[in-house]
Amino acid sequence: MKTRVIHWFKFASPQNFYYLAGKMWPWFAGLATVLALAGLWISFFVAPIDAQQGQGYRIIFVHVPASQMSMFIYLVMAGWAGFGLAFNTRLSGMMASALAPTGALFAFLSLVTGALWGKPMWGAWWVWDARLTSELILLFLYLGFLALQASIDDPRRADKACAILALVGAVNVPIIYFSVKWWNTLHQGASVSMKGASMATPMLMGMLIMVLAFWMYTIAITLVRVRSIILDRERHTDWVKHAVA
Amino acid sequence: MSTSLKPMALGYVLLAVLRREVSLGMRQKGEVLTPLVFFVVIASLFPLGVGPESALLLRMAPGVLWVSALLAAMLSLQRMFATDYADGSLEQMALSTTPLALLVLAKALAHFVLAGLPLVFMAPVLGLQFGLDTRALGILMLSLLLGTPTLSLIGSIGAALTLGVRGAGVLLSLLILPLYIPVLIFGAGAVEADAAGLSIGGHLSLMAALLVLSLFFSPLATAAALRISLE
Repeated sequence: MKTRVIHWFKFASPQNFYYLAGKMWPWFAGLATVLALAGLWISFFVAPIDAQQGQGYRIIFVHVPASQMSMFIYLVMAGWAGFGLAFNTRLSGMMASALAPTGALFAFLSLVTGALWGKPMWGAWWVWDARLTSELILLFLYLGFLALQASIDDPRRADKACAILALVGAVNVPIIYFSVKWWNTLHQGASVSMKGASMATPMLMGMLIMVLAFWMYTIAITLVRVRSIILDRERHTDWVKHAVA
Repeated sequence: MSTSLKPMALGYVLLAVLRREVSLGMRQKGEVLTPLVFFVVIASLFPLGVGPESALLLRMAPGVLWVSALLAAMLSLQRMFATDYADGSLEQMALSTTPLALLVLAKALAHFVLAGLPLVFMAPVLGLQFGLDTRALGILMLSLLLGTPTLSLIGSIGAALTLGVRGAGVLLSLLILPLYIPVLIFGAGAVEADAAGLSIGGHLSLMAALLVLSLFFSPLATAAALRISLE
């Protein structure tokens, strides 16, 4: 049996990945735009008014995907970081540092939308509830990662130091995820689970499409950012001079 | 270089490094006393800030004392590796046949002895000022005794990561404080739970679990971080 062999490790080289990312990001950006438009249309015009929370619940269409992505990106970042430490690949560190700003952005967005949701529902912008507090810690962890990256001049050393920090900080992500179950506090439990969703179908569809849109956005923006990081770090090489010229 | 040290010998090395660090620390009296004074000052600022009502102070006491202890323990973290890094002994340690993680463990334990233990013994005095009773003081001491070694161990990761980096002090607090939060929650929580008439077993068990986890993992992470800093 003869199959065509794809040399996946070819893309571990920043140069090859630069071109691959250049081909891929417009597709993901396009998908993100289409999905976001569809998701927003469903969430504003199709999804019915919630029986208890009225119009205010519509913020879930941004809040839930942002919160999910903020946690997931940290795990992916820690994964890249660990991979980079284990195999000493240059691209892994670049991917980790390309993911961090988006993760921090989503953690911030999740906190802000949560506050906007909390004011009408709970009567308070902020409550020291387990999930809110642990999400705030996640934002601090992202900021710590970015600060450490910024304060070490040698990029390779910065990558490795940040990798250790990311792996240590990853312990926090399960705590956030399960905080709603472990501490029975103000934040509501999950509305969607393996057993099915406790919400109307259009609402669920709107949310799932928005989650997909956020995924595509994250992939697109990370690829764009990693391209700039590659150009910056490889600026002394010939291929960059050709690529930019 | 293939001589792997026997467990007994590793124990001797651990003790030797611990004694070295503690006696070096004891010669610099100021370094042991400064965090302690800092602890007292920070804890004394709260009654001035929020007012002297004893009911309010009693409710705040566990949290205030824990936060002050945590900040005081963090104050001396940066020095854990800095002097050895400056005079080159850290590189010798990294090159020696003894596992670096073991040496790091000894340094973290020395930090606990010099910076954590004094806080444990100072806390009851401050607790009295806040009006805690004997039972609450005992639990406060117990929770600090279980918690401060974890603070030293987690802190050693931050100290190693920020070694020789611009603005290390501020960066260290940004990196380490988020990781300290679980210790703070369960430490202050134990005292509060007892005041509310609840069992404190769960809180103390979780703190012990955090201690065991950090005893195993943080020397490894710190050693890896040191090797990166020494490159």
